[in-house]
Amino acid sequence: MTVWLLIVGVGVVSLALRASSLVLLRDRRLPEGLTALLGLVPAAVLAALIVPDLLFTPGTQTFAPLGPRLLAGVVAAAVAWRTRNVLWTLVAGLGLLVILNALGWH
Amino acid sequence: MTLPTAAGGAFRRGMRAFVPLIPGVVPFSMVAGIAAVQAGFTPLQSIAFSLIGYAGSAQLIAAQMFTGHSPTPLIVLATLIVNLRFAMYSASLLPIFGGVPLVRRWPLAYALTDQSYALTVGRPGTEGDPVRYYAGASALMWVTWQAGTAAGALLGARIPASWPLEFAVPLSFIALLMPVLRARPQVTAALVSAAAAVAAHGLPFRLNLILGAVCGIAVGAAVQRRAGRRV
Repeated sequence: MTVWLLIVGVGVVSLALRASSLVLLRDRRLPEGLTALLGLVPAAVLAALIVPDLLFTPGTQTFAPLGPRLLAGVVAAAVAWRTRNVLWTLVAGLGLLVILNALGWH
Repeated sequence: MTLPTAAGGAFRRGMRAFVPLIPGVVPFSMVAGIAAVQAGFTPLQSIAFSLIGYAGSAQLIAAQMFTGHSPTPLIVLATLIVNLRFAMYSASLLPIFGGVPLVRRWPLAYALTDQSYALTVGRPGTEGDPVRYYAGASALMWVTWQAGTAAGALLGARIPASWPLEFAVPLSFIALLMPVLRARPQVTAALVSAAAAVAAHGLPFRLNLILGAVCGIAVGAAVQRRAGRRV
């Protein structure tokens, strides 16, 4: 039941945001200051999602900043920067983490 | 005599423009499907989530927070924040939608994604029908995403728990973040947001995500304003 509530909630929110200007605003414009703020949202949100995952061990959530996940994440970021390709980013990051884990670095 | 404004032509050109993005979307969508079933969704629920929510990063965050037993309103709030960029895309595409009736704008808005937005903004200068071009790119993106999440949801339960597959989630986000770091305000927003999210990691329900984003946007906006004044 909770899951279905969650699904509908996320659906309503996602559609409302996508339709905000195209449907609801029709042909009026957003204020310029608001558009500028919205331009910063992707960078801020994605960074807040990524970095804690690289610095804390999963499960126990202990602070372990110099672990294999940070190294794999930095390498994946370099690959993403160069190739702009999700597949190569996933292959590089996951591949390196699997290798480092196999070498005994957890 | 085929004019570039021919309706079917523009739709097809949009689809063709999306084809090179398929290899990137498939693994990302599969991770979203896998994350949902590993969070405890049934395969049917994860497929429905993809159809109704249709929001890549938000699906991943919702799955992660669901695993952490966050209350539903807070999960929806987090996906709202992560999806705020759609409001920006929606506003930025508005100028090309003049003359499109409202009934048709709903499905076109539903299909708005990072990929279809980027393709439409970067369409060739000769494109005479940007709305149909956008519709073509969005349609192929939708099919690819739904197929990928369904495959991930059906495979998800069979993947050994010892594989560090959950690491694919931050990796997918890294792939989306890099192209966004175009200018100093964005880089500043990312650095401040990451630092705040790490410092506030002890907060319950992943509130550190919301706090980090707000701090990053505030400082990024200050940098943007200062740069604007200097011009």
